[in-house]
Amino acid sequence: MTATEIRPTTDALLKTEAPKKPANMGQILRWTLLFLGGVAMVMPIAYMISTSLKWPHEVYNLKLIPDEPHLENYTYVLEDGRFYWWFVNSMIIAVITTICNVIFDSLVGYTLCKFRFPGRYIVFIAILSTLMIPTEMLVIPWYLMSQQFGWLDTYWGIMFPGLMTAFGTFLMKQFFETVPDDFIEAARIDGLNELQIWWTVAMPLVKPALAALAIFVFLGNWTAFIWPLIVTNSVEMYTLPVGLSSFGDEADVAWELIMTGAAISTIPTLIVFLIFQRYIIQGVVMAGLKG
Amino acid sequence: MADLAIRNLVKRYDKTEVLHGISLDVEDGEFVVFVGPSGCGKSTTLRLIAGLEDATSGEIVIGGRVVNNLEPKDRDIAMVFQNYAIYPHMTVRKNIGFGLRTSKMSKADKEARIDEVAGILGMSDLLARKPSQLSGGQRQRVAIGRAMVRDPAVFLFDEPLSNLDAQLRTQMRLEIKKLHQRVGNTIIFVTHDQVEAMTMADRIVIMKDGHIQQVGTPAEVYHKPANTFVARFIGAPSMNMLSGTVANGALQMASGSTVDLGVGLPEGRHVTVGVRPEDLHPGAGPALVRGPVTVREPLGHETLIYVGAEGQEVIAKADGRTPPEVGEEVTLTAALDTLHIFDAATGDALR
Repeated sequence: MTATEIRPTTDALLKTEAPKKPANMGQILRWTLLFLGGVAMVMPIAYMISTSLKWPHEVYNLKLIPDEPHLENYTYVLEDGRFYWWFVNSMIIAVITTICNVIFDSLVGYTLCKFRFPGRYIVFIAILSTLMIPTEMLVIPWYLMSQQFGWLDTYWGIMFPGLMTAFGTFLMKQFFETVPDDFIEAARIDGLNELQIWWTVAMPLVKPALAALAIFVFLGNWTAFIWPLIVTNSVEMYTLPVGLSSFGDEADVAWELIMTGAAISTIPTLIVFLIFQRYIIQGVVMAGLKG
Repeated sequence: MADLAIRNLVKRYDKTEVLHGISLDVEDGEFVVFVGPSGCGKSTTLRLIAGLEDATSGEIVIGGRVVNNLEPKDRDIAMVFQNYAIYPHMTVRKNIGFGLRTSKMSKADKEARIDEVAGILGMSDLLARKPSQLSGGQRQRVAIGRAMVRDPAVFLFDEPLSNLDAQLRTQMRLEIKKLHQRVGNTIIFVTHDQVEAMTMADRIVIMKDGHIQQVGTPAEVYHKPANTFVARFIGAPSMNMLSGTVANGALQMASGSTVDLGVGLPEGRHVTVGVRPEDLHPGAGPALVRGPVTVREPLGHETLIYVGAEGQEVIAKADGRTPPEVGEEVTLTAALDTLHIFDAATGDALR
């Protein structure tokens, strides 16, 4: 038998390589569910942008494509001086809170994870248990406290409840568990003090977690509504979500302006996400492995 | 460089005592290997010397100075960890130089020192790389470099080769030994691998359950084991242990034969007779073991034979060309001076 006799022809290869698979019901169901999930997630964004391009009389018409799309709303919002105030307020609050969370949550998480001291477990449980208290319950004590300390209508007043979070502490503690003690002990032998070890050795090793935490905290504060609404009185101190909700009056909510402001305000969150997304994916993967 | 002494070192975790008052003197420039099974306290001892754990009682003296109350950084030691502990976010240069961060050397001196160490370890062209771009052996070398750069009085190695594959382990073993010959610092090396201990050590410390079983040169612990534990732990395959009784001044073996050792042993005493597989072979002479061959392991120049006797399998070495067949009844014998006699009750060596 020669080689040519056993070599299949091109036709035969094509036939064998692409067999038609019968439609798999499971797969169809999976794709349908994914498609529906995708639509559910994209629709609010699509309507936000669509509404921001509509005239007021068109707002309650649920058509996705406006009859007369225009950019007047954007001009109006951007020319309205208040919007810039709110934007700057939100940015200051979100950035400072994020930085504080990254530092404080990781310091506490690191301490709870890498140091053995009496009551360590109790402290950890106490911190975790605060996760079970809803914000709505805390708002009044926070308000009374702010009033007594004179923090109402100040940046500090808006920020203080969120400078450190139980969730962030828990997240960082869990990630520090993945840092082998050998790294820390090696640094200790090399003569670094505990703060230096935390900063130069431990922190760089949990960058994905820090990025994930930064995104969570930034988004959480950027979109925070209830507490900033309660603690601020003057329009200049409003954050974006609070400010946007004030567009229009009691009789008529200016949805097209709110949606325009919302569309603009998503830009920073998109930027933050794009910068850190590779870390957050890494972080989620790590959490999955070690969680 | 400095000598090191441990005096009555005790370590207790809550109520569990893991080190029961061990003492040891290590000479300046000596290469001492701590060896023993998991949980024997060897790593704990090393961590106590390093200052990563506090001793419950006892003294640790480095270079004539009691260091119990000193921080690790002030003890003039450097440690190489099992998983290397080299920082993944730093280059090799930064990793090696990490130990100099707190030193008062000038920047130029530090750089020169890093280059010198990298040169000794043959890593000069890898200095710009990150650990993820290095092989296991190279990472281990970085870890050693980071310890070397500070020129410590004592090097501590905590099972540094156990993450490497067999070939690399052999190579690194040789490199560490050469390094020691070159730099001459005192080294304390912890391992659970008796081959590593035998090949590298000036002296071996064999530990079990928080006690030192024997301290000696590789030849001493191999040829004159202090007890049955050391005898079985050192050497591969393990030493065979046979039972016997002293009767009429001679050894009455379970196989029925009588072996006259020519040394006085207390009459009627039950003893354990240890004989290494390489000393035990089929042939004429006092019959220590009689039984059928159950398994043969040909190694080329010789064949290991397993002989069923006394309810156990006794290992012996037979000729590589004409070993006995499986199932064949054999009589195993050994030169009398190769026999080790231990007390059957305590396991301590009697001869």
